[in-house]
Amino acid sequence: MIVADQKDITEIIAMTEGYRNILVIGCDTCVTVCLAGGAKEVAILASGLRLAAKASGRQVEVHETSIERQCEKEFVDALHSAVKGQDLLISTGCGIGVQTIAEQFPQIPVVPALNTKMLGLPERQGVWVERCQACGQCILDKTGGICPISRCSKSLLNGPCGGSQNGKCEINKDIDCGWHLIYERLKALGRLACLEEIMPAKNWSTSRDGGPRKVIREDMCL
Amino acid sequence: MKAGSRLEQLLTRGEFVATAELGPPKSADIQLIKRKAEILRGFADAVNITDNQTAIVRVSSVAAGKIALDEGLEPIIQMTCRDRNRLAMQADILGAYVLGLRNLLCLSGDHQSFGNHPQSKNVYDLDSIQLVQMFKNMRDEKVFQCGEEIRNTKKSEIMEPRMFLGVAANPFGDPFEFRVVRLAKKIKAGADFVQTQCIFDLPKFKRWMQMVVDQGLHEKVYILAGIMPIKSPKVLQYMKNNVAGMSIPDELIRRMEGAKDAKAEGVRICVELIQQAREIPGVRGVHIMAVEWEEIVPTIVKDAGLWPRPQVG
Ligand code: SF4
Ligand code: SF4
Repeated sequence: MIVADQKDITEIIAMTEGYRNILVIGCDTCVTVCLAGGAKEVAILASGLRLAAKASGRQVEVHETSIERQCEKEFVDALHSAVKGQDLLISTGCGIGVQTIAEQFPQIPVVPALNTKMLGLPERQGVWVERCQACGQCILDKTGGICPISRCSKSLLNGPCGGSQNGKCEINKDIDCGWHLIYERLKALGRLACLEEIMPAKNWSTSRDGGPRKVIREDMCL
Repeated sequence: MKAGSRLEQLLTRGEFVATAELGPPKSADIQLIKRKAEILRGFADAVNITDNQTAIVRVSSVAAGKIALDEGLEPIIQMTCRDRNRLAMQADILGAYVLGLRNLLCLSGDHQSFGNHPQSKNVYDLDSIQLVQMFKNMRDEKVFQCGEEIRNTKKSEIMEPRMFLGVAANPFGDPFEFRVVRLAKKIKAGADFVQTQCIFDLPKFKRWMQMVVDQGLHEKVYILAGIMPIKSPKVLQYMKNNVAGMSIPDELIRRMEGAKDAKAEGVRICVELIQQAREIPGVRGVHIMAVEWEEIVPTIVKDAGLWPRPQVG
């Protein structure tokens, strides 16, 4: 899923400077799961904004709402009546949510309350970790189901660099070396021979490097 | 001959070679490059010109290499995957070649989080193995990475850059067993010579070399053992704690601590390591990495009995 966390409240308060009618919009999907932008976080943020406005003597009305998925127009459309009369929208969705709202309501400014971080998974209570960088050409079949693009700090494709030690990455002793994990997994699977092959230069054009990407399913288009 | 560099000639002739390192300045100080070149001239068969070493901005390795070349040294241009994509790398190797540079060392590079621009965007378009492969194909197949021939127009002559290609190997990184596999991959990709990470843990290095020799890899590539002179026990301790992929025995730290003149002891250790490394089957030379201590290289080379250096025809 998409993992995000909330911006520092002072940064969000600064974004509200000069606005009187504010709507905070939550998203019930990924950001609810990662405890960053669901209905509960919206309520906390909204009251924080009210308190801040009061403390600085500003006349501000902060409203709250939440929708099923901010990343889909059909769900965002349901916001029409709530948005009416607002002069600022704060999205606690991921970056896609913010942009979907901006596209649907071009006449009202929308600002992000979250920093969208990565595609990852909840490792344990309160900890989320990156697992994919959406490179557009998955190679997990060759690497024991562990992604070197996202889990090696240098996105290397042919094994661990010289900095790998005790299973940890050279950049930080708290970070697992992705390639060490791959090595151990392939060893356990009896497939170490995979690593003797040279993985050729990657085609990054399916990744961000090919410009903004688009997926078209002709068979599904109307 | 693949590139005809002095380094290649000496290695093919069977000489025990000595390479050193020249770190370009962190400013536009051309005199510093010349001063370091002056110190090293005559004491090293070739000199590595580091590429934004430890991810700190410095004079580019190609530019500093050209100055070193003009000062009578034979440079080995280092190139990391961190700072350039495949276009820039191929442009730089063409550039290095037309300037007369003939040796190239391909590295992944330290992650930028160690350097003076931790907020930068890294590249890692290729990894070091893919980098060697690309340069080997440029030299031997005369094609760019994309497969196009290296010539200006369909009718013009092919003019490929011919470089003697080096790689680094760290016998002390983990997983240990994979280190030899990785070296084999680098050789398969086209490495002509290898410089190892600096050796302090001789027994571990010997174990690694044994695995290398068992697989016959020492016959496919020239292996130069990395040696680093240490000025004080503090430096050694610091490296043990903070530099990833290093193996430093406590006994060595104690020896440095016990010494009256730590610098002199550092040189003695260095000389001993060179002599011991020389006895290990498969080792074809040493690479002396005197980081920001280039002045000591002549002493080490002389004390290790490696001076004068052989001439080429
Ligand atoms: S290889 Fe690419 S698509 Fe597959 S997990 Fe890694 S980043 Fe994601
Ligand atoms: S230590 Fe491992 S994870 Fe870190 S950059 Fe090197 S290979 Fe990648």
